[in-house]
Amino acid sequence: MMSAPHVSRALTNTIRQIGRSRPRPLQLNIKRAASTKHPQGFVPPTAEDLMELRERVQEFTRRGIPEEVAAKTDSENEFPAEIWKKFGEAGFLGITADEDYGGLAMGYQAHCIVMEEVSKASGSIGLSYAAHSQLCINQLCLNGNKDQKERFLPGLISGQKIGALAMSEHSAGSDVVSMKMTAKAGDGGYILNGTKMWITNGPDADHIVVYAKTEPDKGSKGITAFIVDSTSKGFSCARKLDKLGMRGSNTGELVFEDVFVPRENMLGELNHGVRVLMEGLDIERLVLSAGPLGIMASALALTLPYTHTRRQFSTPIAQNQLIQAKLADIYTKYRASSAYTYSVAATFDTAHADPDNRPKTKDCAGVILYAAERATECALDAIQLMGGMGYVNEVPAGRLLRDAKLYEIGAGTSEVRRVIIGRAFNKEYAGR
Amino acid sequence: MSTALKILVPIKRVIDYAIKPRVNSARTAIETAGVKHSMNPFDELSIEAAVRMRERGTPAVTDILALSVGPPKCVDVLRTAMAMGADRSIHVEISDAEVKEKGELEPLGVAKLLKSVVEKEQRNLVILGKQSIDDDSNQTGQMLAGLLGWGQATQASKIEFEGDNVSVTREVDGGVETLRCPLPMVITTDLRLNEPRYASLPNIMKAKKNKLEKMTLQDFGVDEGRRLKTLKVEEPPARQGGGKVEDVDGMIKKLKELGAI
Repeated sequence: MMSAPHVSRALTNTIRQIGRSRPRPLQLNIKRAASTKHPQGFVPPTAEDLMELRERVQEFTRRGIPEEVAAKTDSENEFPAEIWKKFGEAGFLGITADEDYGGLAMGYQAHCIVMEEVSKASGSIGLSYAAHSQLCINQLCLNGNKDQKERFLPGLISGQKIGALAMSEHSAGSDVVSMKMTAKAGDGGYILNGTKMWITNGPDADHIVVYAKTEPDKGSKGITAFIVDSTSKGFSCARKLDKLGMRGSNTGELVFEDVFVPRENMLGELNHGVRVLMEGLDIERLVLSAGPLGIMASALALTLPYTHTRRQFSTPIAQNQLIQAKLADIYTKYRASSAYTYSVAATFDTAHADPDNRPKTKDCAGVILYAAERATECALDAIQLMGGMGYVNEVPAGRLLRDAKLYEIGAGTSEVRRVIIGRAFNKEYAGR
Repeated sequence: MSTALKILVPIKRVIDYAIKPRVNSARTAIETAGVKHSMNPFDELSIEAAVRMRERGTPAVTDILALSVGPPKCVDVLRTAMAMGADRSIHVEISDAEVKEKGELEPLGVAKLLKSVVEKEQRNLVILGKQSIDDDSNQTGQMLAGLLGWGQATQASKIEFEGDNVSVTREVDGGVETLRCPLPMVITTDLRLNEPRYASLPNIMKAKKNKLEKMTLQDFGVDEGRRLKTLKVEEPPARQGGGKVEDVDGMIKKLKELGAI
């Protein structure tokens, strides 16, 4: 008798489902909405495809970003400009983009792999790579219309043009919706005024996705995204920032003084910028989480050979248990973060076929929250494992630490990420 | 009007050059299981040389055929070759089990096989790496030229065409030597010949559509019998650390101590 109500409810559910054929088209709509994260005709890559991709990227970084290049980029705080075209020729800039515009349409697992391997070679080149290929190119892919894609994507994907995305302002960081930049409707377009802060690739960019308030009184419902050309009159980069880490990934403060943006460069719908922004942030956090993965892999690659060749008390130091514990921790933190990132990325790639299994905002915040903090810990351990050597700039251990720290701050701080996850729980429990 | 080139580039899949080789536990060979492999670096130079010939255009290149003999995974290096610019490829497959049982083909066996391919595919130029970095035999190209009765220019650092003659510069002890040879011929490549291009992702994707023919040793009816038997493989003895001497007198004293003078 106990199970009777259960059975009957299950039965009525089934009957209801059979009886109602209406919801079907609704489900199809959901499917289509999910698939817009990928180009048309996207097929998730096989494990073999991804393995091959990783090998190709490793071959690229071995040739194109050896340690000397990474060290010079850091010490001179100067991005090696020639690498953009090399990235373009290698096909790395349009990993998630449509093949029609020169992209590879390989999805987010692939994008994470390239991001990880490039970051393993150089954290700062990796960060600039992500700002260009993910924040700028993928935003255009997801939100641009056909005309915009045709005008901007080929140049950006080939590496002839450099891209950036400008969201944060001096007084609008974590509270990004409080941004002050305005876009006033004018003849045939909009006039942008204000400043943007912490803009990766800002000093070098040709095309920048910019968020501005079209209706300042409406708060989050009055923000619109635009594509701004850095050659526009009134646009300037006030200064290149001198950062603790990620040196060479050029970060700038951008100034807009009556910058005219033609109407055809509005990205997405008027006053719907926040949707573009928030959706973009999910994917941005996912792809960026592969940056700390690369730094952790780099920490392993640096410390394993060192601890096995450095001898003290006539034995390699790696044979001491306190050293073994550190090595084991770095390895485990790397593997656990990697498993989390790639499982969420896989959900993105397969979600278009399964609307019930779509990636969640809390996981996009989770992957970068976890990986970023682990990477800082691993980099600290790498320094400790190398002792005095780890503390000098002859070896890259210090650079790994300085680079890793950025990922606890950029694309939402660790604190904001925890809030996002907490709020997601609150939402699930609301009204219960 | 010079003869159009029909090029054969044999390539080998070897342990990646950046990997430190280890002797397997049975001490019969180098451990290959679970080790990163890639195209023999000298073979990359050969592919690059062939592709640059086509890009130059004179003499015209009819087609570039890449060939690899070995286990199923050789397909990977053939794909890379096609992504770099080879038009099609042939994979002569030897199963992993057979390699394990009988060992790898020896240079003479490979040369005989290549001779058969040259005849079947009517090649008039074969470009090979001067050696593969795994066994460092440096024999296959020379043996192939001998079997075919063709001219050979080994260790090329520069290749130029003058009508139907090919002028090949090679670095020798104390200078450079230039050889001139009519087609058909065999060229083996050395490090300074060129800098091989990076096989980009879009080109790798495109290369997947290129023709990759699967064949077996039996298809060629070649006696590829292995004549050598590896008895034992050992790590080289650990290097003894060196020492520094203050001046010439110190060096003479040291040499006397060692009984060298």
